Amino acid sequence: MNYFEKDLTSLHDDLVAKRISVTDLVKATFDNIAATDPDLNAFLALNKDAALKKAAEMDEKGVDPDNILAGIPLAIKDNIVTKGLTTTAASKMLENFVPVYDATVVSTLNDKGVINVGKTNMDEFAMGGSTENSAFKTTKNAWDYTRVPGGSSGGSAAAVASGEVVAAFGSDTGGSIRQPSSFNGIVGMKPTYGRISRWGLIAFASSLDEIGPMTRTVKDNAILLSAVAGHDDHDLTTSTKEVPDFAAELNYQTSVKGMKIGLPKEFLGEGVDQEVKDAILAAADKYRELGATVDEVSLPHNKYGVAAYYIIASSEASSNLQRFDGIRYGHRSKDVKNLEDVYVNSRSEGFGDEVKRRIMLGTFSLSAGFYDAYFKKAAQVRTLIINDFQAVLKDHDFIMGPVAPTPAYKIGEEVSDPMTMYMNDILTIPVNLAGLPGMSIPAGFAKGMPVGMQLIGRPFDESTLYKAGYVFEQATDFHKQTPKQGGNN
Amino acid sequence: MASRIDQDQVQHVASLAKLSLNDDQLKYFTTQLDEIIGLFETLNEVDTEGIEPTSSVSDQINVMREDVADNWGQRDALLANAPESEKGYIRVPTIIDESEDE
Repeated sequence: MNYFEKDLTSLHDDLVAKRISVTDLVKATFDNIAATDPDLNAFLALNKDAALKKAAEMDEKGVDPDNILAGIPLAIKDNIVTKGLTTTAASKMLENFVPVYDATVVSTLNDKGVINVGKTNMDEFAMGGSTENSAFKTTKNAWDYTRVPGGSSGGSAAAVASGEVVAAFGSDTGGSIRQPSSFNGIVGMKPTYGRISRWGLIAFASSLDEIGPMTRTVKDNAILLSAVAGHDDHDLTTSTKEVPDFAAELNYQTSVKGMKIGLPKEFLGEGVDQEVKDAILAAADKYRELGATVDEVSLPHNKYGVAAYYIIASSEASSNLQRFDGIRYGHRSKDVKNLEDVYVNSRSEGFGDEVKRRIMLGTFSLSAGFYDAYFKKAAQVRTLIINDFQAVLKDHDFIMGPVAPTPAYKIGEEVSDPMTMYMNDILTIPVNLAGLPGMSIPAGFAKGMPVGMQLIGRPFDESTLYKAGYVFEQATDFHKQTPKQGGNN
Repeated sequence: MASRIDQDQVQHVASLAKLSLNDDQLKYFTTQLDEIIGLFETLNEVDTEGIEPTSSVSDQINVMREDVADNWGQRDALLANAPESEKGYIRVPTIIDESEDE
């Protein structure tokens, strides 16, 4: 079976009413993955034996009618550690790495009865926007197998969009949840920085990284965020703010009446595909029709986001990735004569080109004589980008715009040109720099491929984004359209 | 256009990062890094006089906790990830090039 006609609520009803057992649901999920994934390549590892064992235990004790996540199979991006299940971050460096603990997100989901079906493909160490930087395989876009799924959470997005799973978790450092969600026509939330614990997320850029849910519907997304959000003693950047029951606020009474929405002129500027612009302008009209006001605003420092981001993210990455030294875990070169060789040869063999590029950019930006000109300057520009958002969000409930300048492009088309790849992130990156919540929801099609709309909110106000996303979803049918099996749309 | 980073500098940065590059890679990365650093330099257009740098956007500041040792009891599982281990220790190459220590 695929999950095109299902959401968390209907699956839960089926399980509670025993129309299907957890075991049969898990088996059907793996059968469909076995049929779909040899071409789609969304998964790096499947967790079949453990999943079936847990399913049998749940059938034995019965599905808790008050726990909507009990017995639900979903997928986890491969940079989130899972105890006893190989976790590679799509890098040769970690090809045989078996974590000894679960990420907080994973243990929370496990405790709630979720069944992890497997680990999804991604750009190596989450560096990239097409999943082509995976050391192991190339994931396809669920809508067109000749196109990229986006990235870095491309495996998670393709798995959800193709109906392999009802939901998956990804991570987003510069757009890695929102952009693949946009490319695959699904809902992806990058929550506020500090909303979800990063304990067990293989670190890329610690001041920017955030885990988030990827789903077919806004409501499912809201359910999963409430399930995993909150303070964690293992990640002291997590907020102690209370976590709302986001989904409880989504019903027939939910409305955007009276809301003020800002549409930054910089988000519809040069380089943004005309059909993408048209979809976003149509969405703005839809919001006006639904009783909100939409007016043009400005984020004057937005255009500097990409430069500031690639300095900051690469600097943090160059520091975080120092731990991969071939000693305690990970790849160790066989070609060594001394300890220095272990470090240098293991890293040179274990890392792919994009990872090396970022490590070198970061090392350069932090090195003596360049720190003030690059790293400090970027950190100052980051402050200005934050100030721009604050000014707009002071008198607007949220900001809307596209997620990416274009729909999904062809596999192989851009991967050899890092500058073009980096510029693609121009609309998602500033949100990470400011630590704000950002969500992608389906808002139309361009050249037959899905277009995502990005909603950006105030810190810790995912609630407004879910409400606005839900209302838009109820008023449109973009989210109900599904790719044909085999990606031949 | 003047180059912003040359092959010697890229070689130096690679050595700081414990990466080795062959001649082809050195050429390839130098061209790319030069172009990307050109992008970085667009930040010079921005007046940042008196602007505080941002290093974290967390709402938590200086959270303290007790420093308590916790025995995970997972020595074998941890060592299973080490490329080489022996008698409960991680093994590294014994051949150390002494000239590098001077």
